[in-house]
Amino acid sequence: MSLQILADGLIQGSLIALGAAGVTMTYGTLRFGNFAHGELVSAGAYAALVVVGALGSLWPASLLTPDGFTVTLALLLGLLVGALCSGVVASVIDRVVFKPVRDRGVAIAVSMASFGVSMALRALLETIFSARPRYYSEDLSIAWDFGDVRIAPDQLMVVAVVALIFILLGWFLTRSRIGREMRAVGENPTLAAVVGIDVAQVVRATWLCGGAVAGAAGVGLGVLVQIRPSMGAELLLPMFAAAIVGGLGSLRGALLGGLLVGCGEAAAVAYVGAEWRAAVSFALLVLVLLIRPAGLFGRPE
Amino acid sequence: MSAALEVRGLRAGYEPGNPIVRDASFAVRSGQVLTLIGPNGAGKSTCVRAVAGLVNVEAGDIQLRGVAIDQLPAHRRVATGLGFGPQSDNVFASLSIAENLALGAPRGADVQGKIRAEALLEALPELSGQRSRLAGTLSGGQRQLLAIARALMANPSVLMLDEPTAGLAPAAVTQVLAQLRRLADEGLAIVLVEQNVRAAFRISDQVVVLVQGTPVMSGTPDELTADPQLTALYLGGGPAR
Repeated sequence: MSLQILADGLIQGSLIALGAAGVTMTYGTLRFGNFAHGELVSAGAYAALVVVGALGSLWPASLLTPDGFTVTLALLLGLLVGALCSGVVASVIDRVVFKPVRDRGVAIAVSMASFGVSMALRALLETIFSARPRYYSEDLSIAWDFGDVRIAPDQLMVVAVVALIFILLGWFLTRSRIGREMRAVGENPTLAAVVGIDVAQVVRATWLCGGAVAGAAGVGLGVLVQIRPSMGAELLLPMFAAAIVGGLGSLRGALLGGLLVGCGEAAAVAYVGAEWRAAVSFALLVLVLLIRPAGLFGRPE
Repeated sequence: MSAALEVRGLRAGYEPGNPIVRDASFAVRSGQVLTLIGPNGAGKSTCVRAVAGLVNVEAGDIQLRGVAIDQLPAHRRVATGLGFGPQSDNVFASLSIAENLALGAPRGADVQGKIRAEALLEALPELSGQRSRLAGTLSGGQRQLLAIARALMANPSVLMLDEPTAGLAPAAVTQVLAQLRRLADEGLAIVLVEQNVRAAFRISDQVVVLVQGTPVMSGTPDELTADPQLTALYLGGGPAR
């Protein structure tokens, strides 16, 4: 694999990993695969687009970023708003749709409900913003040369922000009280309740955090590709594959899984053809599940 | 002295209209160990789980230091001073010893929680010195001690344990029960569910025999061992002490 393919794979993989982190947080605490996670990615991207549209003219790029970057301070604010927006959307969806279904005790029904939510959210985004591709900036981010490897400044920015978010998430899950409570509820909600943990509150916090991470991934993705209502849905399979390959419930598993899937996709595009890109996620998924069913960092249940 | 925990006319079960516990009443005071015994399926575990808030209560009163708690969700019962250790899966296996203990501390009391965790670990040489070790790698006895220590983090006035010696080696049984007696002597009220009747009698002040969800007999271990039928049923016919 050439260094350029590796670099492309790591850049794309970092965003897959961030999306997978949201999947793995939600699954780790609620034992539930949310198929509307892709739309939370898209919702974050569009929320940031609204911020950039409203504030972009007030905070032009040239004042705030070095040459080569198209990322503006308005977009950094958009990242926060996008994350918050997706977190809130995820929390509302859980309150209105998932919780009532979950309370009936049919686990598969919650996953099926998430399919419906996915389609409804995508249709809503298309109604509000249309299916026309949008961009945070029409400017080109001219690539920098690193020997044989060319990387755009925006791509470096995205990877740096993803790395920062992963560091913060790792701290949050292991060092903060609510992070520990999320892990405890994920492992044993009944024991968590008799230990004094408000499980309902932890579930709400999990949706807020998982949604926020998905929204942040959407903003990052929007920097690199077109913003469309289906952008998150197209990332769904790689995100789930990464989360499962890494081991559901494991943050470092999501990171490694995302990078593996990203590199696999980049290699498939370079050596086989772009139409094989999606197959890589499946192939990796099957391969890892055959060798290590709980994933690379997952614990057997 | 008033009861630390008083249960009156408890009727509880997993399905509405199909109670497993029927008209159960008992009370335990600070410094006492009360043990629930009875045959398999008698409703002992359901009884303590109902008091802990994990099983639906259809009727009856549960009062902790005179305050009704039967309408509170499980996590709020902990905040009022009720600690509970389930029979199995009693620790968070993927979390470290220190993290398990930290979860037991009340919210907003992290500093006091750390001090208390240190004090508890000092009293438990089996666990101190390995704070980062995952709870899932501990032995059954160590897990039980960790579960008890975690419940003590919230400084409860009543501690309920569901078969704390189940599956433990004889040495670990002795160790766990000795710790419980020590805690009771320090003023904690303890409710035990035990199959290991002979061992439990050694540390109990009061015993309640539950049959088909209903208390049929209660008294001190000495009083109950004087009953030949009960001795034959639960103590293998030999003397309890």
